[in-house]
Amino acid sequence: MNSIKQQLMNLFKKQSDLTTILLFAAGVLTMPIWLDPIGANYPDLLQKFVIFGIFAVGYNILFGLTGYLSFGHAVFLGVGSYTAVWSFKLFTMNVLPAMLFATLISGLIAAAIGFVSMRRSGIYFSILTLAFAQMFYNLAYSVLIPITNGETGLQLRMHDIRIIDNYFSDPAPGLPSTELFGMSMNGYSGFYFCAVVLILAFYVAMKIFRSPFGMKLKAIKSNQHRMRYTGSDTRPYLITAFIISGMFAGLAGALLAVTDPLAGAERMQWTASGEVILMTILGGVGTLFGPLLGVGIIKYLENIFSTINESVLQQFFSFLPQWGENFMVAIVSPFVGDGWHLTLGILFMIIIIFLPGGLMEGFQKIKKRYLTKGVKDSESTTKQE
Amino acid sequence: MDSILIQLLNGLDKGAAYALIALGLTLVFGTLGVVNFAHGALFLMGAFCAVTFQKILTISKKVLDPSITYFDAYIEQPYLELWFGETGLAVIDWAVPLSIIVTIPTMLLIGLAMERGLIRHFYKRTHAEQILVTFGLAIVLQEIIRHFFGANPIPTPAPDIVSGSAAIGTWIGLGENFVYPWWRLIYLASATVIISSVFAFLHLTTFGMVVRAGMFDRQMVAFLGINVQRKFTIIFGLAAVVAGVAGAMYAPIVPPDYHMGMDFLVISFVIVVVGGMGSVRGAVAAGFLLGILQSLASMTVVSSLLPGIDQIIIYLVAVIILLTRPRGLMGRKGIGE
Repeated sequence: MNSIKQQLMNLFKKQSDLTTILLFAAGVLTMPIWLDPIGANYPDLLQKFVIFGIFAVGYNILFGLTGYLSFGHAVFLGVGSYTAVWSFKLFTMNVLPAMLFATLISGLIAAAIGFVSMRRSGIYFSILTLAFAQMFYNLAYSVLIPITNGETGLQLRMHDIRIIDNYFSDPAPGLPSTELFGMSMNGYSGFYFCAVVLILAFYVAMKIFRSPFGMKLKAIKSNQHRMRYTGSDTRPYLITAFIISGMFAGLAGALLAVTDPLAGAERMQWTASGEVILMTILGGVGTLFGPLLGVGIIKYLENIFSTINESVLQQFFSFLPQWGENFMVAIVSPFVGDGWHLTLGILFMIIIIFLPGGLMEGFQKIKKRYLTKGVKDSESTTKQE
Repeated sequence: MDSILIQLLNGLDKGAAYALIALGLTLVFGTLGVVNFAHGALFLMGAFCAVTFQKILTISKKVLDPSITYFDAYIEQPYLELWFGETGLAVIDWAVPLSIIVTIPTMLLIGLAMERGLIRHFYKRTHAEQILVTFGLAIVLQEIIRHFFGANPIPTPAPDIVSGSAAIGTWIGLGENFVYPWWRLIYLASATVIISSVFAFLHLTTFGMVVRAGMFDRQMVAFLGINVQRKFTIIFGLAAVVAGVAGAMYAPIVPPDYHMGMDFLVISFVIVVVGGMGSVRGAVAAGFLLGILQSLASMTVVSSLLPGIDQIIIYLVAVIILLTRPRGLMGRKGIGE
């Protein structure tokens, strides 16, 4: 009994990078199996899990490690999508160049925005990123319409140039679909591809978390002034962190376009940035797995809640007497379907009020309470801050 | 010339709305030290106070239409008209100005409840957490509004007598073509009145003096035996009232819909930051400044020179000001960094 506990503890306490990533990879790749019982096993949702997972993991590198709250990360998601779709339109339907371009261009834009915004801190930083985000969003609907196609969104067309593809073969009839060397990126293959990307992204994030660079970022979060007094200039680190998280977001945006080649400016709205903040917080800011957990929960609940309608509710409460059924349906119906955002807002408030460290903090607390013997968790890598 | 003047008026008008929201926002930040992302939602609630009031006044009964005699046709007739005749109709016509009487106590209550129930527990938390929790609250309030009023804008007309345009051109000798809507002029005038009364309140009363002292050094004021907490609760209520009245009066200008709060919130936050966090004067100045700049940038002359400038001018100016004057126009050191 004791030894099992010990083993468990060892597992939790100090995993090597390799075990973590292997466990993680196994967990992600088997998602279709273990998510089946809760009804989340279909490609569309699975793709969302992993894509927004990448987004949140990247966001966490900035917000979780340095504490800088950016309200503009949706821009990089949007830029990534647009770049990817343009790559599909101009060059080839192969997804690799699209992802490469998307990551690079969003990295460049992140560098520009980060260079300016990182001159300030605190609320001023948040507002600066918000201002940039709004600029991009507004421009996407006005001047940049030739690039973004305005409200319709950027789509694939029959007469797109697609230089590389058309050079090698005649265009097939109908709209082509995204592919990786002939493998179509729809359905499960799309999911597995995104999952592999997520695992790679997670590996990079983990390496960053456990590197001297990551330690510097954490030091900035805990006390920037002290950091400066000891002689390190924090600015290059902050900008680098901003660029890296922007590139993650761009990659996620590209994958959104890979699974569904369409890009719209609503992806860049500041409430979309709010959503990723929410996911990160819900899971646990500054922890490795927390953001992924948050993504999973929010996307799953969104999926469930927004599809429930009155008749489903009536069925659900049909065991009650008629008046009870009507009563329950009347009470619950504002929170489902279109009212999903209401539930989301309430959930968000509850988490921030009672559990500002997110669910991972909650787990830590529970773990501490029940498994305290023999654990010195000062070395625990998932510890806060 | 005319078009510049018109845009100047438009800008003053927009600036008035921005300034009214930003005023409350910066007041709350300066005193309570709370970054309130739900302030836009208060503006929204104010606008929907006007909408609700109008809806209540126009609760109608189906009555037989006397003008159609071939068959039974029914028309909706408000109870107020049935009971009071012409007077009732006049009351309905004046719904928006009258709604302010209801808006003030309602918003005061909402503000006090919000401060007591939520904001108070976040004084000691980080700014990031304050932003996030109030952001959540803003979503909740907005969704509640959407649940009850739907997603479409609800037209809320101003009284008939002021729904036309004022012939400003003939007054100042610029020709008859130069006209401006009455209600917008009224909005500008009342905004000026509200802003000046807030300033008078802050600078001429003892309460205002305590509040200003509290903005300067909260702990010291508390040491002097003043119940800062209660004063701050009242300040929050006041900010809510200002935002609410701004919203109610704005309803005839742009038909309110459920996301108008969020739309205004972002801009007014930018304004507060440009003015300097916690500086009331800065917020008002920045509000009018950015409102006017935005309107001037939307002139055809300007937008043909720099396409798209009208969409981003506010944010562009904000970025430039924040980079050249790091704490905004009138901000103090060490706040919100």
